[in-house]
This record gives sequence, structure tokens and C-alpha cells, in this order.
Amino acid sequence: MKIVVAVKQVPDTATQVKISGSDPKAIDTAGITWIVSPYDEFAVEEALRIKEKRGQGEVVAVSLGPDRVKEALRSALAMGCDRAIHVNDPALANADTLLTAQALAAVIKQEQPALVICGRQAIDDDMGAVAAQVAEILGWPAASWIMEEAVDAEAKTIRIGRQVEGGLEVFDLPLPAVVSAQKGLNEPRYPTLKGIMGAKKKEIKDVKAAELGVTGTPQLAVKNLEALPPRPPGRVIPGEVKDAVKELVRALREEAKAI
Amino acid sequence: MANAFWCLVEDDRKGSPKKVMAEVLGEAARLSGGNVEAVWLTDKVSDDGIKQLGGWGASKVWVLENAAFSPYRGEVWAPVLAELATQQSPKAIVAPVTSKMRELAARLAARLGVGLAADCVGMAMDGDQLVATRPVYAGKLLAKMTWAKTPWIATLRPNVFKPADAQAGKSAAVEKPTVTIPPATMKLVERREETSTGLPELTEAEIVISGGRGMKGPENYVILEDMGKVIGAAVGASRAAVDAGWRPHRFQIGQTGRTISPKLYLGFGVSGAIQHLAGMRTSKVIVAVNKDPDAPIFKIADYGIVADLFEVVPALTDEFKKLLEK
Ligand SMILES: Cc1cc2nc3c(=O)[nH]c(=O)nc-3n(C[C@H](O)[C@H](O)[C@H](O)COP(=O)(O)OP(=O)(O)OC[C@H]3O[C@@H](n4cnc5c(N)ncnc54)[C@H](O)[C@@H]3O)c2cc1C
Ligand SMILES: Nc1ncnc2c1ncn2[C@@H]1O[C@H](COP(=O)(O)O)[C@@H](O)[C@H]1O
Repeated sequence: MKIVVAVKQVPDTATQVKISGSDPKAIDTAGITWIVSPYDEFAVEEALRIKEKRGQGEVVAVSLGPDRVKEALRSALAMGCDRAIHVNDPALANADTLLTAQALAAVIKQEQPALVICGRQAIDDDMGAVAAQVAEILGWPAASWIMEEAVDAEAKTIRIGRQVEGGLEVFDLPLPAVVSAQKGLNEPRYPTLKGIMGAKKKEIKDVKAAELGVTGTPQLAVKNLEALPPRPPGRVIPGEVKDAVKELVRALREEAKAI
Repeated sequence: MANAFWCLVEDDRKGSPKKVMAEVLGEAARLSGGNVEAVWLTDKVSDDGIKQLGGWGASKVWVLENAAFSPYRGEVWAPVLAELATQQSPKAIVAPVTSKMRELAARLAARLGVGLAADCVGMAMDGDQLVATRPVYAGKLLAKMTWAKTPWIATLRPNVFKPADAQAGKSAAVEKPTVTIPPATMKLVERREETSTGLPELTEAEIVISGGRGMKGPENYVILEDMGKVIGAAVGASRAAVDAGWRPHRFQIGQTGRTISPKLYLGFGVSGAIQHLAGMRTSKVIVAVNKDPDAPIFKIADYGIVADLFEVVPALTDEFKKLLEK
């Protein structure tokens, strides 16, 4: 069974993100540590587990982005993916989720996997859209925010549990299908030293938009980025707990009108 | 009407639109000067539900009632909505952020070949262009977004936009269009309901109480739930508490958990790591209780108490009780 995992490279969660001094649409990338988006690690892990459980198969990692993205693909290869595809084209530098999905869908059409696993959302743009959009473009069923999955013996269907408000919905989807990984699906492995060494020898293939037949333009654009409006300064309520608590409740009712 | 703002209806699966629809309809009315229509796909409409949508400002409700719409499946809903949108040419299609609507809006945007701005916290017209404001980089920055063409598709974060005032007696026209319903390939096996705590859902709650590693163990969350019952709050947790196995994943607040935007957030024994703040920093009022005066959460808190939470929580619950019994 062949599985494609979509991996996005994003700034580390602990990084201070600042607006670029020269371009109000972009962030200042100097000094940023780049990581694989955390949800995409769950996606990679799940793909590897499916392959290991079946004792055969292939896991292909795909990423769209500039040269630095190779590092994210190396991490995916070090975890155990078999090979990688890098959609590396300046023409896609300002891709929105739809253009990204079009490029990924084109790769997936060439690869013809039985399953595509994405992350729930990329933690830079926080859109949570690409998985569903890839499915729509391919005309495949999709399930977002999955917490569990099982592929049947013949690799014809996948049973997933997707998180919804107030519960979990369990569905059977015929393959091929697209799913997106929610936290709680698994605990991603750390690459072993052997994995890291082995990753250096694995293939990362570069592809361009034209080779994929992707000619679209972004439908959503950043007009500009802004810093958060500062929160009004807060105050620590001093005194004995019993007095502090009384004052807090008074303030919440009378000042903040929050209760 | 062409150029209307469409609001996709999230309901309780029993025939009533959710309260968050007042926010979506209210914002759509403000942006469009009142040219607002609701679009309701369901297996069960109710007259009261339609009245409710009218009262919140919908001039028309497109009712698509069919057993095929339950359970929600994107592969069925998106083509139906796309067909209707292509016939009717709405200017915008907006929906509240819920697990279903986030996926549906994405599929619909792909099918129509237009842009999607998810999880918006601000909307404004700039001339005849819609500009959306949305948090990016886990809420560390805000991005202003614009679309290349209509319909503008967006999902709106709950508890951020001003709800429409319900106007009794104002009613909506009902239209039941015929649409092609594609066959579903996904089959529902079961729905596992969460054991109800009797408290509101985390992402919908107006008040959220959050317990971190300072709670010391799963057995202690009962004191937060007791407070929750008194003030009608949901109880969430930090990742440290979730990863320790004290609370299920669905209760995690933060970058790799739920994003919440309640009117009041009360954090107990939460240090305020940047990834936790990512999920709650748009809360209107933030209260922090922590025994460490240097805990980063105090930097964004409106009110703080530096003390042992195990002393504060029962005392605070009592004070809330006194206040609300009056
Ligand atoms: C990729 C990534 C994603 C992440 N995503 C999330 C996320 O979504 N959500 C999230 O929450 N975290 C997330 N984290 C983890 C985050 O970095 C912190 O580790 C976590 O939020 C800490 O949880 P905490 O505040 O409960 O624990 P701690 O940081 O250990 O803080 C506990 C606090 O409790 C106080 N305390 C202890 N005892 C008492 C007492 N008796 N009374 C009063 N106060 C007391 C302490 O002073 C301390 O400040 C993520 C991390 C990474 C790397
Ligand atoms: N540039 C990209 N390259 C590879 N995968 C991506 C890219 N952008 C998004 N994805 C995938 O789509 C998921 C959702 O992304 P988003 O819709 O941007 O939040 C991510 O978790 C990835 O699995």
C-alpha cells in the first residue's frame, strides 16, 4: 500500500515571529528555527505505522516550499519515509491553500497512492484547509481531525474516528481517501541515528509547477501583517486569599462585566 | 438575491440553529447592509429554527432538507452548495468555525475555485473589497487578507463578533431549491458521544476554566468542574495536564489543541507557555491564579492572584455562588 504524507515546514512554535522591516506582507526569517509542522509529524508517524503493520508498502513525503524545505523532508525521511518529492518553484512562493492543494493534488495524481495523510493544520497559516481541498480536487472522500484509524486487510477501506463537537464520529471511507491527523492520533517517534544516516541516501525529487501542469494563481492574498493590539495592563490583586477572591469577583462583575 | 451574503447554518442536529449563528448573521448584515440569507442543509428543519434565523436578520432561508445530509459528509454537501452558489451568485459565504464548517468551507472554496479565509476574528469592507483579519503563527501576528474574486468564503471564530439582536416577528422567506445530491461513499459506523459533564462545549463556552500542571493530578479537576457548574463554564487543560493523562485530548487548549475565545478565561496552575497562549489569547478577560509571581501568564492576565490554587478555587467558587444566588 502506497501512502503520501504532506509535510509543511514552519517556524518553531517557540520562535518570536516578527514582521519583516522591508515587506509588511512577510515575516522576518532571520534567526528562525524551522521545524516540521507538529500535526504533520502525527501524519508521518501514522503512515509509517500503517506500513509497518502491513509489513509492506511505501511512504512518500511531499512538501511545497523553498530550498530550506529539504530539511523538513530529510526529517521525514529520517523518521522512516522511503522517498520524498519537493515542489520547489518560486512561481508558487505566495501560494494560498488552494494553489498548494492544486500542486499537491497533481503530485498525488502522478503517484496514485491509496491514502493521503495531512496534518490538521499548518501552524503558520493555521488554515486547516489543504487536506479537504486536495480531496475536493481529486474527487476523493476525506475525513478531518482523525483520532484513530484502521485500514482493512485488502487496503480497500479505512475506518477512521474523527473529532467533532461533543464526540467522535466513526466512518468507513473507500480508498483512495484523504485524512488529516489530529493530536491524540499517536506519539511521533524520534529519528534514530541510523535513520538520520540512512536519510542522506534517500531520494528527494525536485518538481516544478509546470511539470505538474499547475498554472493557477493565488485566490487569497495577504494584504499586510500586523502586530497584536496590546492588551490593557492587568493587575495582581494583593492580600489574603479570602479578600483577594472577594475583590476579584467584584472586579469581574463591576469593572469587566464578565460574569 | 444575487450579491447576498450567505450564512451557512450550524445546527444542533435536532432542528435548531446554534446560538453562534446570531454572530455570523449579525456580522454578515453589518458588512452587506442587510442583504443576508441563510443556507441550511439538514435532515430536519423546524419552523422555529427558520423563525430564529429570520429574527437574527436572514431575509431568506434556503432550506435543503434531505436524509442524505445526515451525517455531514463533505463529499455530499460541497457539490450541493457549489451548485446552488453557481446559480445564485452570492457575494460571500460565511460560516462559524466548527469542525464541520472548517472542512466544508475548504471543500467548497476548492470546488468554486475561490479563496478561503479560515478562523477570522475581524471583517471589514474596504470600498467594495472584503478584508478579513485572522490570527497567524499561532496568534503571534494578525494577517489582513483579500480575495481575488467572489464569492468570498470565510469562517468566523465564535464569541468574537457581535451577535444580531433577535427581533421577534421579523420573518424570513423560505425557498426550497431542487439540487442534485451526489451519492455518498463514506458510511457512518457509529457516533460515540462524550460522557456529558453537564458543562458547555469548550469552543462554544462563554466562560472557560483551565487547569494546568499545578492541578497536581486528575482527581483534582473536580474542584474546577464544581466551579464550572456554578458559573456555567467549560473546563479545559494545558498540554502538560493532557500529556500526563489527566484530561482527554479534546480538552487541550493551545496551539496543538482547541482555540478558544471566551468572554472570560480563568487559568489555575497554568504557567502561560507561548503555545498555550496561542489557543486563548483572544479571550476578552483573562484571570490567572498561580503561586509563582513570575509566571508568564501574568503578562497577559487582566487580573491575577499569586497564591495556592487549592486555597483560591474553593473560596472563589463560594464567592461566585454568593454573587449568582443574589
Ligand atoms: C510543538 C508544541 C506544541 C505545544 N502545544 C501546546 C498546546 O496546545 N497547549 C498547551 O497548553 N501547551 C502546549 N505546549 C506545551 C507548552 O510549551 C508548555 O509545556 C505547557 O503549556 C505547560 O503546561 P502548564 O502551564 O500546565 O505546566 P507548567 O509550565 O509546568 O506550569 C505549571 C504552573 O503551575 C503553577 N503551580 C504549581 N502548583 C500550583 C499551586 N498549588 N497553585 C498555584 N499554581 C501552581 C506553577 O507555578 C507553574 O507556573 C506545546 C509545546 C510544543 C513544543
Ligand atoms: N506547503 C505545503 N507542503 C506540504 N504540505 C502542506 C503544505 N501546506 C499545507 N500542507 C498540508 O496540509 C495540512 C493543512 O495545512 P493548512 O491548510 O495550510 O493549515 C498541513 O498540515 C500539511 O499536511
